[in-house]
Amino acid sequence: MITTAFALVFFYAPVDADQGIIQKIFYVHVPMAIVALFGFMAGAVFAVMYLRTRDRRWDMRSYVTIHLSIVLAVGVLVTGSIWARASWGHWFVWDEPMLVVFLIVFLLYATYQPLRFSIEDSEKQARYASVFAITAGAFVPLCFGAVRMAENLTHPQAGTMTTSGPASVSQTFLVSLLGITLLFITLCKYEMASKNATSKLRSLRRRLAGDDDFTPAGGRSAAPQL
Amino acid sequence: MRRTVAALLSKELALELRTRESVPAMVLFTITTYVVFHFGLDRDSIDGDLASGVLWVTLLFAAILGINRLFVAEHEQGGFDGFLLAPVDRTALFVAKAIALFAYLCAVELFAVAAYAVLLLGPSLGQALPELVLVLVAANIGIAVVGTLVAALAIQTRARDLMVPLLALPLLVPVVLGASSATAPLLATGGAGPLPGDWLALLALYDLLFGLVAYAIFDFLLED
Repeated sequence: MITTAFALVFFYAPVDADQGIIQKIFYVHVPMAIVALFGFMAGAVFAVMYLRTRDRRWDMRSYVTIHLSIVLAVGVLVTGSIWARASWGHWFVWDEPMLVVFLIVFLLYATYQPLRFSIEDSEKQARYASVFAITAGAFVPLCFGAVRMAENLTHPQAGTMTTSGPASVSQTFLVSLLGITLLFITLCKYEMASKNATSKLRSLRRRLAGDDDFTPAGGRSAAPQL
Repeated sequence: MRRTVAALLSKELALELRTRESVPAMVLFTITTYVVFHFGLDRDSIDGDLASGVLWVTLLFAAILGINRLFVAEHEQGGFDGFLLAPVDRTALFVAKAIALFAYLCAVELFAVAAYAVLLLGPSLGQALPELVLVLVAANIGIAVVGTLVAALAIQTRARDLMVPLLALPLLVPVVLGASSATAPLLATGGAGPLPGDWLALLALYDLLFGLVAYAIFDFLLED
């Protein structure tokens, strides 16, 4: 699945690009932005599920989606500034609400990890992180609603890509959106599996070593433990 | 619920009146910040966009000071345990704290806006004052709601002083945006312009949304 998604994004998409080479970056930039924002909101939904059920797996899902969305958001900011440099002549343009809002959302979510790090008790960590995820998740649609309200048309809107232009552009765009979404879901599954395996390994080691003289190996991590 | 909120609120205000911990510090901070802005901008008087931006950045950072102190007494002296032992709705604590923070902000702005008009502001406030008060109230509600939530979130972390600004500043950016855009025409030279309604609507929407979110999830911050 992941190979197919990658192949579609990188080998099918450039064929239809007809506005110069720099326009191709949109097939990565826009889907990544959309997926990252929906990832943040999915993190909020999982956090609600955690607070309702108190099942650690929901907290894990919330953590993983937000974690990967942050990674995607970095990608969005980088590709976006590359495009802006080529097209507008500046790396970052302040009077463009879409960019600024995305930067704010990114800065907000960048505090998610430090917040987890700074709470020691794991149950409390999960609870507080969920509260944060819900608050921030409500923040995302509000912000982008405000941007739509302000309506500055310098930044190409995501919708124009699918409605205007030749059909091949919109097809490629949809395929790459699907591709990035699948990539995101796959990465989530991988990270979940890896976290599960790590925690199983840890509990087995703990059992081997006896409960007293066990010191956790490996680097520091703010990830929730099952 | 209403009696609990009233009791908590009177406790909160009595504590602040006796210790005078937050409000005087916030007022002092705003005035010092005006002086810093005076030298930083190298201007004797400012108006319009710049004036409203300076005012709102100053008020926001002063609010961060208050947010930082909001739950310290509860945390250090076991007030949380006492509150949890009492058979009352936990949301009452949120409502009382948010109202207290709102009152602090109003008290601070009473001095801060007056000092601003004297020290830094070019055009006189005069007839724009009712509109300005409206914007201040709308923004204060948003800051109080989000600030209380962030304060409760950060109080249990190891690096409280670090987490509060990191969490609160991005969350409060829409408030600053809405409030400073709404204030800018009020502080323009040559008479105050009309109050832009859409920015005020944004503030109201923000207040409503985060009020509901905070009301729904505050309970979960108090379960130890």
